[in-house]
Amino acid sequence: MTALLEIRDLKAEIAGKQILNGYDLTVKAGEVHAIMGPNGSGKSTLSYVLSGRPGYKITEGQALLAGADLSQMSVDERAAAGLFLAFQYPLEVPGVATMTFLRAALNAQRKKRGEEEMSSPDMIKRVKELAKILDMDMEMLRRPVNVGFSGGEKKRAETLQMMLLEPKLCILDETDSGLDIDALKVVSNGVNQLRSKDRGIVVITHYQRLLDYITPDVVHVQSAGRIVRTGGKELALELEETGYARYQSEAA
Amino acid sequence: MGNAPTTPARKLTDAEARLAEIFAMQQSAGAPQLAKLRTAAFDAFSKTGLPNRRDEAWKYTDLRALLRDVKPLAAPPEESAKQHARNAATLTGVASRRVVFVGGYFAPALSDLADLEAGLSVMSLSEALAKGDAAAMTQIGNVGEVDDPAFALNTAFMGEGVVIRVGAGVCVDRPIQLVFVAGAQPATYFLRSLVIVEKGARATLIESFEGETAQEYHVNAATEVVLEEGASLERLKISHEGAAAMHVSTFVASLAAGALLSDFGLNLGGAVLRNQSFININGPGAHAAMRGANILKGKEHADATLFLDHAAERSESKALFKSVLDDSSQAVFQGKILVRPGAQKTDARMMARTLLLSEGAQANCKPELEIFADDVQCAHGSTVGALDENLIFYLMARGIPQAEAQSLLTEAFVGEVIDAVENRSVRDALSALVSERLRTQ
Ligand SMILES: Nc1ncnc2c1ncn2[C@@H]1O[C@H](COP(=O)(O)OP(=O)(O)OP(=O)(O)O)[C@@H](O)[C@H]1O
Ligand SMILES: [Mg+2]
Repeated sequence: MTALLEIRDLKAEIAGKQILNGYDLTVKAGEVHAIMGPNGSGKSTLSYVLSGRPGYKITEGQALLAGADLSQMSVDERAAAGLFLAFQYPLEVPGVATMTFLRAALNAQRKKRGEEEMSSPDMIKRVKELAKILDMDMEMLRRPVNVGFSGGEKKRAETLQMMLLEPKLCILDETDSGLDIDALKVVSNGVNQLRSKDRGIVVITHYQRLLDYITPDVVHVQSAGRIVRTGGKELALELEETGYARYQSEAA
Repeated sequence: MGNAPTTPARKLTDAEARLAEIFAMQQSAGAPQLAKLRTAAFDAFSKTGLPNRRDEAWKYTDLRALLRDVKPLAAPPEESAKQHARNAATLTGVASRRVVFVGGYFAPALSDLADLEAGLSVMSLSEALAKGDAAAMTQIGNVGEVDDPAFALNTAFMGEGVVIRVGAGVCVDRPIQLVFVAGAQPATYFLRSLVIVEKGARATLIESFEGETAQEYHVNAATEVVLEEGASLERLKISHEGAAAMHVSTFVASLAAGALLSDFGLNLGGAVLRNQSFININGPGAHAAMRGANILKGKEHADATLFLDHAAERSESKALFKSVLDDSSQAVFQGKILVRPGAQKTDARMMARTLLLSEGAQANCKPELEIFADDVQCAHGSTVGALDENLIFYLMARGIPQAEAQSLLTEAFVGEVIDAVENRSVRDALSALVSERLRTQ
């Protein structure tokens, strides 16, 4: 069976600076992977390269989403193909109403996949359900996208988008940072609802605490632009004790 | 100098010569109403002729160069043109009272002047002049002191328009919409309207200009508005002229104490669009909000020239103009704030923001402050930029195609000026117009 995400010896650069140095990662449907690693090791870079952010250039290797070469797809095509990135720093979009944005996103994806568009009433109903799960005030969703949201509120909003869009592969870039303890539970609960045998989830995090709520099948340690160690969920606990010092020296 | 014609040092342009000819013909065809006013206006025009780029106020819109010939004054429209105008300029969801003009002529059959609200009077200009309506006779051309050749031409040739009076204390909820639809043939239209909002009265006025013909035609429109004490007017002007049309429009307003003017002009099409506003704040505590949006493509050129004259204390003016420029279109914003001696506590702000969607597009901004009082707040600024790449990426990362992402962000940019429109149904209709315009090539 084809893996959901298959990254082979990926090298990528930004502004002429190589950040990913031969990255290998395979995520199969149904799996949850955690990526941990020191600041600046290229975790966000990986997520941007996969989603196609302008400026990030693949120089070698490959990244395949369900067998399809991501580098051959535009950013919106990747999203429609099922890739979702919950941003480490979600952007504020002044003047664009959240509902308008969600409707445009969902229906553009559906259209591209040849599916029927969701009607406005169905849409509102669905968003209300999700807001309830994520303990978000509907009033917030009447505002422009993320505008004036606190850090934690933005992370909830990202999670809501993800749950609405039902992607095949979810990449959560530090979705837990900035969340208070209660919010962490609420958001984790939302993410767990997405766990399914058809979906893959990659959580990038600095804190093993998140993994208490979202139990990973596999934990990776990333350092200097590649994965340097892979293990089970006990690896996260070990990292909590030892830190990254030995991996950084290994990578150097 | 009396009536002696002034001989300009230079040779008249073909257009100027033609205008003089037409004016003489108009005179000899039996003196029209307001003959004195017209003659004085044409004399004033003749002294300068068509404005050109050496005239500071017309620096970026050289009318002398642009107006190569004068199209004939419009003949009464054919029945087909009238039928065609039946649904012109409809604003979805807005139950406006329509007053329709086709090819420069009032079209009573397409207009809705029945059951006017108590205290509201709406009359075509020709009817008001024929009846010798006192307000029309004394106020037209006298609402503000405007020394401008295009406005002078309008006064000299004014053909049709409306005279509206909203009686003291009357609140007219239903928007009054003037619809000016161009005819199919090349023509020149001189449209003139007068709106008097008496003490404490309130109204919404929409002026829609529409033309579908690819033929070149010229619109010279002028609206004079008198806001008496505590009166309030929301005015919306939507220009969606034909691709080869030249549209020059003058707005003159006088605000008495405590009057409120909220003005929004939306330019959606036309080869050359010039909107000049002369706002005279004569009473203390009056407030003028002047907003505009240009959505231009191809080689379209839109010029917004604004003169805010603060002559009374504690008055406010807020101007915000937004332009979205594609291809090699061009937007001009000239804003002048004058604070006269004694107009203390004036609060005047002016901002022009431009979004360039193409490298060939161009924005020219020229703000000017002239302040003769010491206790005032005045500010002006302008920005020119492109869409934020990071936001485009964010939207696309959610599956929104690039073109749609750009439209959404562009709409959001324009949204700020539309959101300030008070009448909700009008606001929604304007958003829809903008959105449609941004999505059509
Ligand atoms: N536009 C850029 N130009 C040059 N270098 C960049 C650019 N963007 C990111 N980098 C560099 O790439 C490296 C990896 O950054 P990245 O944000 O991927 O790290 P990260 O692992 O996500 O870190 P954190 O844990 O702090 O989020 C950093 O050294 C960063 O400075
Ligand atoms: Mg990061």
